[in-house]
Amino acid sequence: MKHISVVLLGNPNTGKSSLFNALVGSHQAVGNYPGVTVEKKTGHFQCDQTRVSVTDLPGTYSLGPDSPDEEIAVSAIAGELAQNDLPEIIVCVVDASNLARNLMLVTQALELELPVVVALNMTDIASKQGLEIDVEALARSLAVPVVKVQANKQIGIEDLKQQLIKDYPPASPLVTFPEIVEEQLGRLAADENVTAALRTPFWLRRILLETTGRMDSLLPPGRDQSCLEAFESARQLIAQQHQLHGLEPICRYEWIGQLVETIVQAPSKKGPSRQGRVDGVLTHPISGSLIFIVVMTVMFQAVFRWALPLMDFIDAGFGWLSATVESWIPAGALRSLLADGLIAGIGSVVIFLPQIVILFFFIAWLEGCGYMARAAWLMDRLMASVGLSGRSFVPLLSSFACAIPGIMATRSIKNPRDRLTTMLVAPLMSCSARLPVYVLLIAACIPDQAILGGWLGLQGLVMLSMYMIGVVVAVMIAFLLKKTILKGPTPPFVMELPGFKWPNLAVVGRRMTSQGWGFIKGAGTLIMAVTVLVWAAGYFPRNAEIETTVRDRHTAELQELKANPAAGSELAELEERIAAEIQGESLRSSYLGKAGAVIEPLVRPLGWDWRVGVAVIASFPAREVVIGTMGVIYNLGDETDEESDRLRDKIKLATWDDQPERRVFTVPVALSMMVFFALCAQCGATLVVLKKETRSWRWPIFTFCYMTSLAYVAALVTYHTASLWI
Amino acid sequence: MLTQLGKGQAGCIKQVTGGDALSLRLMEMGLVPGVEIRCLGSAPFGGPLEFELLGFRISLRRSECQRIILHEP
Repeated sequence: MKHISVVLLGNPNTGKSSLFNALVGSHQAVGNYPGVTVEKKTGHFQCDQTRVSVTDLPGTYSLGPDSPDEEIAVSAIAGELAQNDLPEIIVCVVDASNLARNLMLVTQALELELPVVVALNMTDIASKQGLEIDVEALARSLAVPVVKVQANKQIGIEDLKQQLIKDYPPASPLVTFPEIVEEQLGRLAADENVTAALRTPFWLRRILLETTGRMDSLLPPGRDQSCLEAFESARQLIAQQHQLHGLEPICRYEWIGQLVETIVQAPSKKGPSRQGRVDGVLTHPISGSLIFIVVMTVMFQAVFRWALPLMDFIDAGFGWLSATVESWIPAGALRSLLADGLIAGIGSVVIFLPQIVILFFFIAWLEGCGYMARAAWLMDRLMASVGLSGRSFVPLLSSFACAIPGIMATRSIKNPRDRLTTMLVAPLMSCSARLPVYVLLIAACIPDQAILGGWLGLQGLVMLSMYMIGVVVAVMIAFLLKKTILKGPTPPFVMELPGFKWPNLAVVGRRMTSQGWGFIKGAGTLIMAVTVLVWAAGYFPRNAEIETTVRDRHTAELQELKANPAAGSELAELEERIAAEIQGESLRSSYLGKAGAVIEPLVRPLGWDWRVGVAVIASFPAREVVIGTMGVIYNLGDETDEESDRLRDKIKLATWDDQPERRVFTVPVALSMMVFFALCAQCGATLVVLKKETRSWRWPIFTFCYMTSLAYVAALVTYHTASLWI
Repeated sequence: MLTQLGKGQAGCIKQVTGGDALSLRLMEMGLVPGVEIRCLGSAPFGGPLEFELLGFRISLRRSECQRIILHEP
């Protein structure tokens, strides 16, 4: 069987990943904003006895890379280091509704001396805008095959596959540069010092016309000094006749302008496009800001309200499961492990599945329709005041889902200092793993009151403020970092604002299911393991003496009630109280309880009792573990005779060990816990990704230390301030 | 200068000043002499501006707009 390799090259947000998914049948993340893909991804398909491996690349505007993600793209197709595995075909993905700018990269790709196929994507959008493109004339002018596709609707994919398995010659350069440039190129190509150091004429042209040193990181190491001198003297000769800076794009666009004029028929129009008018509303100083606030508020209200019926359903399911287990298995370690450990632990986490899915519905929808880029645009002013740009806001927005893709997304940020600053504050955004913690504590402790004339609930408002705390603190930390250890000028904010589209429902659905499934898997692995550990620490050592001591304490009372036949209900009540006291005492004397006693002085200033302290410490590997841990702890030491099995109702009634009438979960405690979770670095995976992206343990350690101490101090301040008021 | 365009107004690019990577990138994105560019609006509190050219929309800060010189109307 024949093997060929192709790469997908194109401007950002032209649908490369959609095309990749359509070609190889995978489910790579796609979104409607520039910079969704920040790393190479490879897949394959088979067509008529040929196996084709396809590589999806991050988008780039030019083969002169300007940021780490663009460097990945350029080095994959032209990098000197990739010499041995250069692609055999370059598929240029072109957005038909934006032909001129996309063709600029195509004209560069034609100079790589590799076969090129143009995939003309988004033709439906172009024709909706009234643009008529003569595809045959385009193919003739570029002298390469052009295939019309609609990647998101799987149209034209078969044609493209058939085209890719054909044999055709390498493309050849089309854009001619001024005579002096061509002359110097010829001279350099004849220079042995130069040809020895550089592989193809593509490199000659790129380095000669490159005035800002962008190619330097891609050049082969140890290049010859005389080679560099040859380039420098050639540049000086050109500079005598033309301004070298910008010569390349100006020549290319001149050529493209003539081509587009002959092959594209555009409707004659005055004024902004329809898309432009939509933007006029969405980015208007007043209506734009209002829409931003409404979108965010609706999102948090929905996460809170829509999920309720589903949560009740899941709760009922686990309640039934727990009751069944308890009725089938005799009392003892096994029953406790299943009912108090596994079912209580996992159940209390899985109950938040509806919320996670709804949150991702909104995130996928906002990404798909193109609103994310507008949010970044609106936030640029704020970001600029702390020394960053709106570009940093996109990774921060993705971090609301999860900090890991957020940190990866910073590859689209050009300056290493700005990129590092963004990475270091990204874990402060309230990710979806914090959501269950907020929901649990808000539902248990914050009264369900309507405010602002009834359209906003107090609970929703508290939730919104938790998300805002992350943003505000991130902005402050970024400001400090940019003023101190990562000092540097404010980066520019040149960003393409994508067109509005109805999000692809299949993509939205897939995002919801994959995230939901990931959450369940998490509950089934790490959370289960920690849950079992916490259960074991809370169950052992079993001490039979506790039961005797507690019973002895109540002997007199018991005998009195037993002697009185009318006090049947009081007797039952006492028995229940004794059972609860036994459970409570057992938990306190367990390993977990002993560890809690050690931790307690540390967490007491925050208003927490030892149970909360233990649950928080156990959740440092992954913050959502805390819910499972609390589920186990409060089920094991269940001192209440509450009917409901739900954790929310249990913690509502939890009291202090030494003050049985004082509730643990008051409003200040709930707020201090939520603030702690909002700011603390409780995620091992994030720290590992930080290490990978910064190539040093220094930054993850820094992040862990600053976030954890910040969380502690902020929780302390919150608790004491809230106690004064409430 | 590009900053002088009011909302909805269009102009023709004459030159992008500055010899750095930013001006090169702007030109690579199509902000080359002769191209028509239209202002669509601006973000609140002196935030970035939004422009339309060659069938796409781009965001630029005011300071970046000052580097883009337009032909006299």
